Amino acid sequence: MPNHPVPVPSSVLAALKNKTIHLSAAKMIHSLFLVNASGDIFLEKHWKSVVSRSVCDYFFEALERATEPENVPPVIPTPHHYLINVLRHRIYFVAVIQSEVPPLFVIEFLHRVVDTFQDYFGVCTEAAIKDNVVVVYELLEEMLDNGFPLATESNILKELIKPPTILRTVVNTITGSTNVGEQLPTGQLSVVPWRRTGVKYTNNEAYFDVIEEIDAIIDKSGSTITAEIQGVIDACVKLTGMPDLTLSFMNPRLLDDVSFHPCVRFKRWEAERILSFIPPDGNFRLLSYHVSSQNLVAIPVYVKHNISFREGSSQGRFELTLGPKQTMGKAVESVLVSSQLPRGVLNANLNPSQGTYTFDPVTKLLSWDVGKINPQKLPSLKGSMSLQAGASKPDENPTINIQFKIQQLAISGLKVNRLDMYGEKYKPFKGIKYMTKAGKFQVRT
Amino acid sequence: FLFYIFRHDDLKEMLDSNKDSLKLEAMKRIVAMIARGKNASDLFPAVVKNVACKNIEVKKLVYVYLVRYAEEQQDLALLSISTFQRGLKDPNQLIRASALRVLSSIRVTIIVPIMMLAIKEAASDMSPYVRKTAAHAIPKLHSLDPEQKDQLIEVIEKLLADKTTLVAGSVVMAFEEVCPDRIDLIHKNYRKLCNLLIDVEEWGQVVIINMLTRYARTQFLNPNINESLLEENSEKAFYASDDEEEEDKKAEPATLAKRKPYVMDPDHRLLLRNTKPLLQSRNAAVVMAVAQLYFHLAPKAEVGIIAKALVRLMRSHSEVQYVVLQNVATMSIKRRGMFEPYLKSFYIRSTDPTQIKVLKLEVLTNLANETNISTILREFQTYIKSMDKDFVAASIQAIGRCATNIGEVRDTCLNGLVQLLSNRDELVVAESVVVIKKLLQMQPEQHSDIIKHMAKLIDNIQVPMARASILWLIGEYCEHVPKIAPDVLRKMAKSFTNEEDIVKLQIINLAAKLYLTNSKQSKLLTQYVLNLAKYDQNYDIRDRARFIRQLIVPTDKSGALSKYAKKLFLALKPAPVLESPFKDRDHFQLGSLSHLLNAKAAGYQELPNWPESAPDPSVRNVEVKDSIPDWSKCSSRKDRKEKKVEKPFYSDSEGESGPTESADSGNFLISLFHRMSHVLLHHSHSEQSSSAEDRKRGRKAVKNQKSASESESESESSESEEESEEESEEESESDTNVRKKRTPVLKQPPKQSKKESKKETQEMSLLDLDDYEPAPASASVTPVNFLSSSLVSDLEGLSLTDTILAPTTLAPSGSIKMYELLHRIKGEGLAVEYCFSRQPFSPEPNMVAVQIQFTNNTNSETKNLHIEDPRLQSGMRIREFAEIDVLAAGESVTVVMGIDFCDSTQAANFQLCTHTRKFFVSIQPPVGELMTPAFLTENDFKKEQGERTSALSRFNTHSCPSDCSFSSKHLSFFSFYVAVSL
Repeated sequence: MPNHPVPVPSSVLAALKNKTIHLSAAKMIHSLFLVNASGDIFLEKHWKSVVSRSVCDYFFEALERATEPENVPPVIPTPHHYLINVLRHRIYFVAVIQSEVPPLFVIEFLHRVVDTFQDYFGVCTEAAIKDNVVVVYELLEEMLDNGFPLATESNILKELIKPPTILRTVVNTITGSTNVGEQLPTGQLSVVPWRRTGVKYTNNEAYFDVIEEIDAIIDKSGSTITAEIQGVIDACVKLTGMPDLTLSFMNPRLLDDVSFHPCVRFKRWEAERILSFIPPDGNFRLLSYHVSSQNLVAIPVYVKHNISFREGSSQGRFELTLGPKQTMGKAVESVLVSSQLPRGVLNANLNPSQGTYTFDPVTKLLSWDVGKINPQKLPSLKGSMSLQAGASKPDENPTINIQFKIQQLAISGLKVNRLDMYGEKYKPFKGIKYMTKAGKFQVRT
Repeated sequence: FLFYIFRHDDLKEMLDSNKDSLKLEAMKRIVAMIARGKNASDLFPAVVKNVACKNIEVKKLVYVYLVRYAEEQQDLALLSISTFQRGLKDPNQLIRASALRVLSSIRVTIIVPIMMLAIKEAASDMSPYVRKTAAHAIPKLHSLDPEQKDQLIEVIEKLLADKTTLVAGSVVMAFEEVCPDRIDLIHKNYRKLCNLLIDVEEWGQVVIINMLTRYARTQFLNPNINESLLEENSEKAFYASDDEEEEDKKAEPATLAKRKPYVMDPDHRLLLRNTKPLLQSRNAAVVMAVAQLYFHLAPKAEVGIIAKALVRLMRSHSEVQYVVLQNVATMSIKRRGMFEPYLKSFYIRSTDPTQIKVLKLEVLTNLANETNISTILREFQTYIKSMDKDFVAASIQAIGRCATNIGEVRDTCLNGLVQLLSNRDELVVAESVVVIKKLLQMQPEQHSDIIKHMAKLIDNIQVPMARASILWLIGEYCEHVPKIAPDVLRKMAKSFTNEEDIVKLQIINLAAKLYLTNSKQSKLLTQYVLNLAKYDQNYDIRDRARFIRQLIVPTDKSGALSKYAKKLFLALKPAPVLESPFKDRDHFQLGSLSHLLNAKAAGYQELPNWPESAPDPSVRNVEVKDSIPDWSKCSSRKDRKEKKVEKPFYSDSEGESGPTESADSGNFLISLFHRMSHVLLHHSHSEQSSSAEDRKRGRKAVKNQKSASESESESESSESEEESEEESEEESESDTNVRKKRTPVLKQPPKQSKKESKKETQEMSLLDLDDYEPAPASASVTPVNFLSSSLVSDLEGLSLTDTILAPTTLAPSGSIKMYELLHRIKGEGLAVEYCFSRQPFSPEPNMVAVQIQFTNNTNSETKNLHIEDPRLQSGMRIREFAEIDVLAAGESVTVVMGIDFCDSTQAANFQLCTHTRKFFVSIQPPVGELMTPAFLTENDFKKEQGERTSALSRFNTHSCPSDCSFSSKHLSFFSFYVAVSL
């Protein structure tokens, strides 16, 4: 390379330096700051002119004001910028924007960034990001151009920048080769931008997981106030070539509120209620659906509770019994009960019939790891709570949050009918799995 | 400090070394420094030298560095420019794109002319990816040098006309940033953008939808112009006070008189129809964009569909929930009915973050009406018991609002709130006091006992706002509590000096009011309070005290005002209206930052009001251009299919997505092919007429398809609308048509084709549905292969890389073009048509199968149909079909004959004989029909290439431009069909 500078007329340069550079209303994402739980900026990236990190002071102010980490307002206006932040994995992703832009656009993008990091590094922690700072930078460079999203499909990104693996790191250190794809990516240019070309597997397999989460609020008397189901179909497709899949359901009528991965042909769904798509390679979310509270939703567990505080006494009574109901004969597993007890409670002295419980006297969080519910011998947690002496009885009643899992059951009754593949000759291995989980499942007392 | 210098020297050394691995290591460390926010600018000279490094990763990291520091080191940055200029000319589209990307990201003013030139060139690049990058570069240059605006607008205009989905989103983004007010640039592209929308990537969709919302507001009429006036009136009448109602009544007949039938512009409908499926997007921003579009543009009856999608978004991350709830809160004020069915989805969980809880509460309050209020209040009761006190306070306010809005429950709410006054938590009590105060103002007479109760509370409550509220209440309604009021004043006078300012002001107020109503008991107290206030530290309070003393204490100096003091102080005050903070927020475009902040953000584009009368809709008409060159066989096949496909891929209602996509990415392949075919076909002149006919056919097909798919959704639309929509469709179809025209149309005697098209137009008016498939003949004969081929072709429509195709020969699906061999008039009643069936001709594999259809239009039989006296070029051979003995009147028959054209496009001439007559006819093949598709891998192709130089040299002899020879570089991107001459 020539080492001497290209001669530029000095007058031109002088003129240049005097000229003020206008900053017109530059749209979209200007800069990104990553802030950890203790309030340190550990990464910054600018897509346009550099914005001083002092802009984050406004964010820190908001952070201080917020009682809980999740109570920081997602959009914070400052005199010259707007800060839009999301909190994931105890890291705040703070985007700096200068002018009008749909806030959801930025929020959705930031979440996509987090998803990508998670996809690349397995976890999205401060340590992982710091360890892979170059890959992170390369990713951010590809994902945004001048603040406008460019490549956000993980399939395309993986062609551009290979995810780090232990093996590759070793090889790279020895051979001095790189993470950057040698071949220039083609996916971006194809009609099927979510799938790279030339995929090859020795074992061709396609797995689909139908996972449903029940969100419910159960009132004191045990009747359902509201219950909805949030379902997703997650796929892991490892198929050679350009397979074209169709997935049909026994009861597609259940799916009246759905959102799709862009690969799904919408018209075909509208007309025939069949999912027809060329899948991305690897893991992806094919669709998510919502069975609203207007439908009848089966509630697989019931809770009998008696939590009471007596006036003038420094003791409170705590009784909790769980039982299965409407589980279609399947076992309820991995049950975990947690409850935020009133501030006046000093300690709890309880006796679980199975599993273990913990009570944190500082946060007042009671959690009980129940395990599997045996219908013959219902699990229960009984005992007493000690209250602050002299304090009056707490007004509020704690809510009980329940988590559980039921294997081999989609509580909405959704059933996959068949999966067919066209466009390729081989016979793939196919698998469907069902699972029901508790989402935001609360029992008021 | 020294350490840093040392370390940087170390890095410089590594950068200067010959080893890529050392350079890479150095660059990685530098990038890590940048990421941490450390200054690495002194390394600029050492880094910039590596801009032309061969190693891709080093290069990429150098780019990262360059973009970060070029602004600070302008002169040195110029060193790198030549590298990028070279990159801009690279044959590889990705290198061109990346060179432009970095070049335009370097914020150095001196290179503005270079950037401008690069952008202009890239805007007409063959690769859509490079054009996309050009679109991205436009806002960068604009922010660097706004003086370039006019030139940039020209580029934007050019790119807006681009038909590929890849470019659409980016160019609209550039448009929004550079010239959002140039609505006129959108007119011609409006329909295209609507039709492309579903295939544009997610982020582009958001930008386009937002822009189109604004566009529609300026170009179409308000679809709710008639209903909205009526509805608003009736709703207002419900809560409004009497005199307001009267005004409304006066206004009503006037508006009704103006009412005239509203007909929606078909383009308006097109936008609504094409955005609707995007409510199903996985991207919350897209869903929100569509929701706001419907909210601002759709007829009232149709807005409801967005509620379900918005409710679904609420399950997303809490930040998404936050934004969605803000928007739902605004919407639910205007269109409460829409969210009512989803009431329960807004119920609050104890685990929600407080800001979400408060927003949900807002929505619940907005949704409250007579029928659901009891359920909502029951919910609120649970909320009041929550441990989150901020949330409890918000709940109490919500109860207050429900009570003011819904008269029936006012007493219940008031009782509930009074019970809260005995709550242990002071914040709860204070909030209740404030809310009760507001409620009492509505009907104070009935509630003197509550006022008394609150007077007692003053001893215990410490929250200033609550104390102030109580004092105000007692002062205002002192006549209802004549015994207690002076006592309260006595207590307050005692504690005056220790009170907060707002409380002090209210003590002064109370004193003044009591002095006016009950001066006997309170005169001295008032004097005392006023004296204390006179020496207060706060000047507001001193001021207030002075003012009140002058007003109420009659002295000789006091003016005329003191006579009216009582009227001034104890005037009947209107009850406060408890309003949602989200009221009228919808004057901001929903989903926008400005809406969220309830303040105009920089760069916010105002949502225009609907026009009084619709601007000329014809500005959106697009004339079909003929100047576009031929397209390859590849795309033509697709087009033919287009007419047939019942379920268009990728869901575009017009089945448009296919061809547009093909332009997109098959570009390389197509352009290659197309240049060849263009060269070879330049002598096929009769394109014009046959393409016109093609176009009509296409339109019909579209119409049929459309009427089927839309019969439900558009049942309300009138006949005339249907009609006009058809027209508009024609325009929007132009896109497809242009490409249809590019099909390698077969040579056809111009005279004949004219007649034929005339005939066809006649037919069309008679049988509306049947004629859209004008080649039914092939179906009967086309043997085997058909079923599987339709599947293959289906798939093929999907993936342009075409690698999925099985290596079998391809049978055509779809309609095959029929050519006329003998017109029925010339043939005295015998009409003969032929087509190239594209099936292997089994008796002679070297021959092209020609399928001939005879139709006897006479009233008598025709006998002994056969071929005689073929006059052929040397080498050409013909295999006749077996003689047809009898062709009955009105019957038709199809036969297949084989012709070896010997790789030339010379016509085969022969005589067609019947038992009475002979006709001279000729068949001339278009070059495309002489080829058979074959599947080759890259290696096979190279091998073939060597062996078949003769075939290729034939292309070259036709003065083919040099770049149409197949280069392996292109092949590495696309493995595709290679047509090999038989």
